Amino acid sequence: MRFGTRLLSWTVGLVVALFAVVVVSAAIGPVSLDVVAVAKATLNAVGIPAGLAVGIEEGGLAGITIPTPTVDVSYAYPFAFEVPGTAETIVRQVRLPRIALGAVVGFALASAGAVMQGFFRNPMADPSIIGVSSGAALGAVATIAFPVAIPLGLQTAAFVGALVAAFAVYAIATENGRTPVATLLLAGVAVQTFLGAVISYTLLQAGESLDRAVFWLMGHLNNSTWAEVEVTLPLAVLTFGGLLAYARDLNVLMLGEEDARTVGIAVERTKRILLALSSIVTAAAVAVAGVIGFVGLIVPHVMRLLVGPDHRILLPTSALAGATFLVATDTLARSGPSELPVGIVTAALGAPFFLYLLTRREVHEL
Amino acid sequence: MTEHTITLEGVSTALGGVDVLEDVSLSVERGEFLGLVGPNGAGKTTLLRTINGVLDPDAGTVRLVSDPIEGLSAREVSRRVATVPQDTSVAFEFSVEDVVRMGRTPYRSRIDVVADDADRDAIERALDRTEMLDLRDRSIAAVSGGERQRAFVARALAQDTPALVLDEPTASLDINHQVQVLELVADLVDEGKTAIAAIHDLDLAARYCDRLALLSDGRLQAVGTPETVLTDDHLQPAFGTRTAVTPDAVTGAPNVTAIADPTRDRDAHVHVLGTGATAARAITKLWQAGFDVTAGPLPAGDAALSVARELDVEAIESPPLAGPEEAMLREASEQCRRARATVLADPVIGSDGHVLDLAEASERPLLVETRPFDERNRAGEQARERYRELESRATAASIHGLAPAIVESTVPETVPADD
Repeated sequence: MRFGTRLLSWTVGLVVALFAVVVVSAAIGPVSLDVVAVAKATLNAVGIPAGLAVGIEEGGLAGITIPTPTVDVSYAYPFAFEVPGTAETIVRQVRLPRIALGAVVGFALASAGAVMQGFFRNPMADPSIIGVSSGAALGAVATIAFPVAIPLGLQTAAFVGALVAAFAVYAIATENGRTPVATLLLAGVAVQTFLGAVISYTLLQAGESLDRAVFWLMGHLNNSTWAEVEVTLPLAVLTFGGLLAYARDLNVLMLGEEDARTVGIAVERTKRILLALSSIVTAAAVAVAGVIGFVGLIVPHVMRLLVGPDHRILLPTSALAGATFLVATDTLARSGPSELPVGIVTAALGAPFFLYLLTRREVHEL
Repeated sequence: MTEHTITLEGVSTALGGVDVLEDVSLSVERGEFLGLVGPNGAGKTTLLRTINGVLDPDAGTVRLVSDPIEGLSAREVSRRVATVPQDTSVAFEFSVEDVVRMGRTPYRSRIDVVADDADRDAIERALDRTEMLDLRDRSIAAVSGGERQRAFVARALAQDTPALVLDEPTASLDINHQVQVLELVADLVDEGKTAIAAIHDLDLAARYCDRLALLSDGRLQAVGTPETVLTDDHLQPAFGTRTAVTPDAVTGAPNVTAIADPTRDRDAHVHVLGTGATAARAITKLWQAGFDVTAGPLPAGDAALSVARELDVEAIESPPLAGPEEAMLREASEQCRRARATVLADPVIGSDGHVLDLAEASERPLLVETRPFDERNRAGEQARERYRELESRATAASIHGLAPAIVESTVPETVPADD
């Protein structure tokens, strides 16, 4: 089959699967709803950015007034089906924000995971390998434990922490403008371990907010809002576009950096860009949803078994499959007798499945 | 005036403190097949890496056509020089055609998803020229070594460059595929390509190359036609062995036979334990002195390991974080037992103390110390005891005095005559 046809059929198939999972998920909950009404209400919620308004807002930070640019996006809604009012409200205001955020986070983690595995030529690489998740976790836990000392929002603190950690790992591993992948991996492990210690210490000092901090660390999607979706979705889509533009370079890098250089890849620059983009997209996901393990590790592996190693098709299919997987697991997480953090469910389902693939020798290397 | 596709002017480079190339000047004319010959560790691969832009030389200039390479981007270099790598073994499931398509990377913009006609033409021609059309959909991991090599030649052709760089294109092939690959390169050169190839086998190099360049110890010893380069006068100092050069009965090209040199004991096996710069220097010294050197276990990324690789010294490589595995230690222990002498170069005593275990397996340990023991001990007081025992048993030596010390320590002890 030609490449274009393969890419198209996989993409269409996975978009349909994602929509199906979203509708089923939106139908499940304390109030049971008619699936058709849910599907209509879901389509009604699909918004396309139609206009931008940029303004300046006076914001205060620690007593100093800083003008901050604000961006107001207006949306056009192409669908307008007739849906009963209660169903519309439950789906749109209660269930969909969480589902949409789950999809965005899964999309982000799986695409970053696919890139990191190719980049490191290492099957155990995942989006957090260069310290992004640990950095985000420290930012979040510190904000929860010492809300007064850190005057940033939880998500902003996590996002900043993630990027600072990733940049530190990168800077430690870089010498004379070269960043050997093996050094990067080891620096990542060391920084993660160190941050782990700092996080544990912070938790000890957290006092009454310990519960909240631990819950955040487990990875969760409750209390998701449309506002979070509005920030993370464009970020995820833009960085994904950037990563996709480097899909061919990633393919060539799989043959080794020296070899990639001889076919014209500016290896160090490409590595910097790939690291920056995947760190940003991972940071955004972790900042809103906490540390959700295994999505970025197993989803790309499974897709590689199905579609092969070509990143031009592996990247989009992994992203869509990641979105589908996280929405499905989050539905499980919230539909049990007591609600679980989704991170527990992804790891509990993902790890045995990964081991199954491993023992079947389906996954042994890239 | 003849046109030079590749020109090196006074190129020098050092890796890990060891000079690998010293003041090499060489030019390859358009439409010429130049063979790079010389012993292991002579710097052949390094020389090729300065030509394809992978390595920036410490001194000197490399020109592609007339442009100095340092002014060219990776993309511009890859439109001038295509490389067929030494190790083409790949462990993933790209198809032959996928690999060939990668040769079009320098011509494609980041945004276009689908190959254009020029790309498709170049890929078809490359597959056709290398007789890989039938195998285009096969996985690159599933074809034979010779076919894989042809696929990488096809990738280089798809790159559509005036010059080809080939690093030991025949190293892992059987004789029939060796000849096939070199015939193909020679034909491509006849059609106007310029090629420079490191070739291990002197006879094959003589048969297919227009000119040979003999490299030894990082210096260019001779350049010219195979007949003028492959002479006893050039080969004996370069390879450190006596040679006999005779015309080949079938092809008429010079045929080189090495004769074991009785004056030098090249079989004296020395194993090197220890890591880092001191071990790297010990390996280099011993290798230069003509010992059969082995080393390890050395963790991936260690300076001594890079030097060992560069010199083709057999080294046991251990994973970077975990420390050596059981099997590696067994192998190393066997090396220490078999070796005429074992050199401990600034040994770092890790928490498992495996260096001490290995040293105990050797009958003749030599100790080279440039740093105090306390800096190198990570195994506590107990290790100090064992290290003292080792010190009393071992011969102390400096890096420079290493080779004489080994010769002295291994002279058979005179047995007192029976009274």
